[in-house]
Amino acid sequence: MALAERRITATEARLEGFDLVKTGWSASARADALQRLREMGLPDRRDEYWKFTRPDTLVQVETPKASVFDNDEQPVFDAHDRLRIVFADGVFDPDASDDLSLEGVSIERLEDIADKDIHWAKDLYGVLEKRGQSPVPRPFAALNTAFATDGLMIHVTGKPSKPISLIYTHGKEDSDAILHHVIRVEAEAEATILENGPAAARFNKCMEVDIADTGKLHLVRAQGRDHERRAVTHLFARLGEESVFKAFTLTVNGVLTRNEAVIELNGDDAIAHIAGACVGDGDFHHDDTVFITHDAVNCESRQVFKKVLRNGATGVFQGKILVKEGAQKTDGYQISQSLLLDGDSQFLAKPELEIYADDVACSHGSTSGAIDEGALFYLRSRGVPEKAATNLLTLAFLAEAVQEIEDEALAEDLIERLENWLARRS
Amino acid sequence: MLEIKNLHVKLEEEDKQILKGVDLSVEAGKVHAIMGPNGSGKSTLSYVLSGRDGYEVTEGSAMLEGQDLLDLEPEERAAAGLFLAFQYPVEIPGVGNMTFLRTAVNAQRKARGEEEMNATDFLKLVRARAKELKIDAEMLKRPVNVGFSGGEKKRNEVLQMAMLEPKMCILDETDSGLDVDAMKLVADGVNALRSEGRGFLVITHYQRLLDHIKPDVVHIMSDGRIIKSGGPELALEVEHNGYADILNEVV
Ligand SMILES: Nc1ncnc2c1ncn2[C@@H]1O[C@H](COP(=O)(O)OP(=O)(O)OP(=O)(O)O)[C@@H](O)[C@H]1O
Ligand SMILES: [Mg+2]
Repeated sequence: MALAERRITATEARLEGFDLVKTGWSASARADALQRLREMGLPDRRDEYWKFTRPDTLVQVETPKASVFDNDEQPVFDAHDRLRIVFADGVFDPDASDDLSLEGVSIERLEDIADKDIHWAKDLYGVLEKRGQSPVPRPFAALNTAFATDGLMIHVTGKPSKPISLIYTHGKEDSDAILHHVIRVEAEAEATILENGPAAARFNKCMEVDIADTGKLHLVRAQGRDHERRAVTHLFARLGEESVFKAFTLTVNGVLTRNEAVIELNGDDAIAHIAGACVGDGDFHHDDTVFITHDAVNCESRQVFKKVLRNGATGVFQGKILVKEGAQKTDGYQISQSLLLDGDSQFLAKPELEIYADDVACSHGSTSGAIDEGALFYLRSRGVPEKAATNLLTLAFLAEAVQEIEDEALAEDLIERLENWLARRS
Repeated sequence: MLEIKNLHVKLEEEDKQILKGVDLSVEAGKVHAIMGPNGSGKSTLSYVLSGRDGYEVTEGSAMLEGQDLLDLEPEERAAAGLFLAFQYPVEIPGVGNMTFLRTAVNAQRKARGEEEMNATDFLKLVRARAKELKIDAEMLKRPVNVGFSGGEKKRNEVLQMAMLEPKMCILDETDSGLDVDAMKLVADGVNALRSEGRGFLVITHYQRLLDHIKPDVVHIMSDGRIIKSGGPELALEVEHNGYADILNEVV
């Protein structure tokens, strides 16, 4: 189907400023992605998949400004022993980063290996992204593959002793960053990746994750607090037999965040948990769009998303479990819930199940509600002031999602962020 | 201690009068019991005293040690020393019982300008008090009242009361749903708290609880009023003859 003129114009306008990398191992993947992108076009408001979230400010040529949030809160994960890798407005900052060598993993910078003709990442870069373009197109991910300027190729071959921590700082009001990471986890290998920080005024990040049979990956991210920032992120993961992938995202503030996760369970007995908690105020808009495909026997997937919204904030959840023919004994669970702290906020949810196997257990639920008045009174009758009681109940609401983080110390760290956010608003 | 005068209460949402002139005063050191038919307004009285939304006081007053309760937020009433053991304790998923108790104890201390209790002292105290009520450590870790049996919920109310050491305790049918042994535990818990400076208002349908917690005064409530007050013998009369005679006598 030919694209509408309007959409072609918008897409071409956006592409004008970019130069395609024409040499090295990634060149053909980039050229393919650009072609894909031109065929699908960047989204507009009429797209079904963007029904609840307006993509305009992500498409427009000029980067919407985002002021840099200045605060004295200790950055998240700071207390943890980790390998620090810093990107300032989307550009690797060697001075602020640790040495990239760590036993059990090889970490290379996209730019450093750009001129090589062959590289292991060639089999993955843009490959998982391309697989994830069907049945629903994800144009910002194609844009990312074509024009990513930086990123890391992380090859996990053992069990690194500490988490690999990607820190995205934001210093320029009009930074427009595109990062593309590729992660390959080998059999028996296991790693934890942390991500945090506001990243840029406008951030497009793509992460492709390939987990071999019996490999394990944990991903814990905290999207930074700068209120005016915009982000569109994609997580493409492919899981082999008996592999495990657990991802958790905390989002605090941000005028526009769209987090897409596209997960394929391709080997029997694999486990994928994708969870998120977000809290936002006012013009906060947060969109979790998740697509999980079961294409093997006896796999488990969980989606747990909780959103706390106030003063007119908007939360979106589009989540799908697709169980392919033959994917018997699938255990699929999906829950998305919002806590609306006032009548102005809204939660828009579209949970979907599509099942082509007969021996499966899948459930999904979506709810939206206010603070439980009975519980609030109970707490107050015991002497807990109204604000503190509301905060306690809000944290309790988020608990089911936060519990998805296996590492207790990391979970505590994120709970503290949430407490701080609540305290600042009391 | 607690001084209720001519209290009239209607529902906020509809034009329904529930309390129609309650007069009641509980002196420090005394135990008063309220009995009365279902729907007579006993729980409503306890909710209005503790500050729950949904009711409108149209006339009358309620004072605790000279302080106007009706002017205070629920948490301020708690800090002033009022405690209600709920007829139907509320479940709070996601909030651990221990966290709940510590938050409550320290919030009240803070409101009174006292120092917060440190974690070690708190833990010691909770464990000791819980043991007396046969509440095991596992129950303390679980979310507040979630999955608790009816009797466990009631014991948990008494544990909260023991931890908060209020001046004025209202127990709304804390005995209902308890087996004989649990009833004894709860009564022992209450009796342990009896002291010169503390008043109790015990709402119950059964003489059995009053065998264990000997009341000083028994009141009969009917259709939003205290229609008769007397000594412990009044409870025995209800136990034997029901309310019919008393209601007829008053009308
Ligand atoms: N929120 C409400 N909405 C409608 N009716 C109410 C409400 N609260 C109380 N009532 C009514 O007020 C009356 C008194 O109720 P209340 O619960 O105080 O009685 P009670 O004496 O505690 O009864 P029980 O012995 O059954 O516990 C009842 O008729 C009840 O239906
Ligand atoms: Mg009642």
